[in-house]
Amino acid sequence: MSTSTGRKFIGLVVINSERCKGCEICVSFCPTGAIVMSRDFNSKGYHYPEFKHPEKCTGCGLCGLYCPDFAIYGYREKVE
Amino acid sequence: MANIKWTTADPKGVLTGAHYLDGNHAACEGALAAGCRFAAGYPITPSTEVVERFASRIPEVGGVFIQMEDEIASSIALQGAVWAGLKAMTVTSGPGFSLMMEHIGLAAMTETPCVFVNVQRGGPSTGTPTLPAQADMMQARWGSHGDYEIIAVSPSSPQECFDFIIDAFNLAEIYRVPVMFMMDECVGHMTEKVIIPEPEKIKVVERRWTDKKPGEYLPFEPDDDLVPNMVKAGDGYRIHVTGLTHDERGYPAATDVTVHNKLVRRLCDKIYKNAHKIWKWEEMDTDGAEIVVMSYGISARVALRGIEMARERGVKVGLLRLIVVWPLPEPRIREIADKVKAIVVPELNVRAQVAREIERVVAGRCPVIPVGHAGAGVHDPNDIYNAIMEALK
Amino acid sequence: MSVTTYRENPVEQFLRTDRMPHIWCPGCGIGTSVNCFARAVLECGIPLDKLAIVSGIGCTGRVAGYLRLDSFHTTHGRAIPFATGLKLANPELSVVVYSGDGDLAAIGGNHLIHAARRNMDIKVICVNNFNYGMTGGQVAPTTHFGRLATTTPYGSPEIPFNLPHLVASCGAVFVARWTTYHVVQLQRSMVKALKKKGFAFIEVLAPCPTLYMRRNRLGSSVDMMKLFKEKSVVKHGIDTKEVAITNYEDPIIVGEFVDTERPTWLDNYNEIMKKRLGDKYVPWGVNNG
Repeated sequence: MSTSTGRKFIGLVVINSERCKGCEICVSFCPTGAIVMSRDFNSKGYHYPEFKHPEKCTGCGLCGLYCPDFAIYGYREKVE
Repeated sequence: MANIKWTTADPKGVLTGAHYLDGNHAACEGALAAGCRFAAGYPITPSTEVVERFASRIPEVGGVFIQMEDEIASSIALQGAVWAGLKAMTVTSGPGFSLMMEHIGLAAMTETPCVFVNVQRGGPSTGTPTLPAQADMMQARWGSHGDYEIIAVSPSSPQECFDFIIDAFNLAEIYRVPVMFMMDECVGHMTEKVIIPEPEKIKVVERRWTDKKPGEYLPFEPDDDLVPNMVKAGDGYRIHVTGLTHDERGYPAATDVTVHNKLVRRLCDKIYKNAHKIWKWEEMDTDGAEIVVMSYGISARVALRGIEMARERGVKVGLLRLIVVWPLPEPRIREIADKVKAIVVPELNVRAQVAREIERVVAGRCPVIPVGHAGAGVHDPNDIYNAIMEALK
Repeated sequence: MSVTTYRENPVEQFLRTDRMPHIWCPGCGIGTSVNCFARAVLECGIPLDKLAIVSGIGCTGRVAGYLRLDSFHTTHGRAIPFATGLKLANPELSVVVYSGDGDLAAIGGNHLIHAARRNMDIKVICVNNFNYGMTGGQVAPTTHFGRLATTTPYGSPEIPFNLPHLVASCGAVFVARWTTYHVVQLQRSMVKALKKKGFAFIEVLAPCPTLYMRRNRLGSSVDMMKLFKEKSVVKHGIDTKEVAITNYEDPIIVGEFVDTERPTWLDNYNEIMKKRLGDKYVPWGVNNG
């Protein structure tokens, strides 16, 4: 992914879709709407989140803090 | 090879010399000599002197006593202490023992080496707090739910309270099993001479620590004697210990029939298959006897008078006194049963708790005659004598 | 800029990842609290090999089994006395009890109050999801008045415990309450609790979407998280008498209510022994671990 916003940091989100149980807490509480629920299912039949709008992500990490399933992790990376 | 390391007693816990002690105080001294450094208890007659003495002795020996809020708490606090690396016991009687049942099961399931002392009194319920019974023998064996085996040891005198509680601690460590030290009010409150040997003459077994490193160690992988070697919290192994059915990693497998079957069978087999190394009994004049009295604890002492009376009338009577009651020395009992006219079993319960098991072992080789007594006292030796004479007919 | 390697979630090192996914339902708040706990442990720098976790029985009772620490899954209600033995036998260990409201406050209530009274040096994290989850949604000592559970099918006639007040009145030295919405604050309080000497208690209100919320038609766990957000009022240091949650509609008072100092059980034990026995007494747990 890339950034052209001139920010010093970008937000990144790593998703382990197989651990996800589709509760939607991460998507509901993402302050910027960077993640949305995927239409796809994982092998257990749950929808999981997708990092749809990386440009909106501030790397606040709330998604990872809220996730009850250790399935998502958001963080901030310095732009070189 | 199983990691069994014998050593001698830590001198700090040993009051070498000749003492005049009751069984409860002697049991405490035995525990200290065996290396017990943690006890949790709750007051209950007729057992309380054991922990009272422990509470007064332990600060100078080095260890902790805590009086918990109930017996349920006591019986699991000691297991916490064991997983932190100490040898530990709890002490109770009748109603308290009933409250501890769940944690005897936990100790069996998690293979936590520990000692439960039960100074037996009469029941059911509050029963006879200040008077003896031997009516918890089956409860000691199978009182917690589910399938498991334990070891039960029964002393007949204050000296044996000292000597055999050391055995109880050693057996607990070797087989990683809760050991029931089944005293009774008479033995607990009887005061006699107790000789405490020099520490270097007291044999003590260390915890069977693993030689393996974190990563290669599986906490519930049995050694060749069916018993797993142990680690403690804080050693870097990051173990998981659960009362759920678990695999060798210690991970729950509570819906896995194969794992459950394997685990429960091993928990029982580690006692069955090692039973010949656990049995302990004493015989008197069993060779050529017509009748053998089999008994344990205070009843075995009372039986001596009944046996003497029968001998005065020319009857050949022997005694087999069980020291380890569970597991029973089955082959020896059968051997005797093949040669005698009858086996007479006096015990302080009316449901023939041990006699019935002896009868199962004997399997019709000879009659097994229970001499029951509801407790709150001991047998009249005449009753034992009469049972012997009756058995001859 | 392109990213070829992603960072690993720092929480992973705490987890027995070979046991994932865990058994908790979609939207259950227990996992969220564990997330906060793992990060709190990282932040406060306790060596992981010296940290032991003890759970009782129930949904939250499963926490111990998912953490890559020395972990003990004990019997129902008895995590605290097990932890007491563990801590007293090796005072070098940091001992955390992680269990549910039913386990700690109903069947284990007696141990909870006595550990607080003794100021036993253990940390208790109580995930309160207002009912018994593992067994299918029965009434708990924390169920809101009038709400439905399988064993109160017409509504609970009982007034729930005010848990912070209960432990504070028994002498706990650190008492806090947060919800699973307050992840940052919860993590911060967990750090404080872990660093605190003595009996620390944190109540974590959490959604149980499958049982409590569905039966009471309270929506999804997202709905409850939103309710937590709307109804919560932060009041640090407030008298715990004021923080009861009796009805579902009540405001939820959260914050750090108690943060005080007093000697622990072992401090007092050593002090008394030293006074009575003098030099003969070697303080327990100071050098001998």
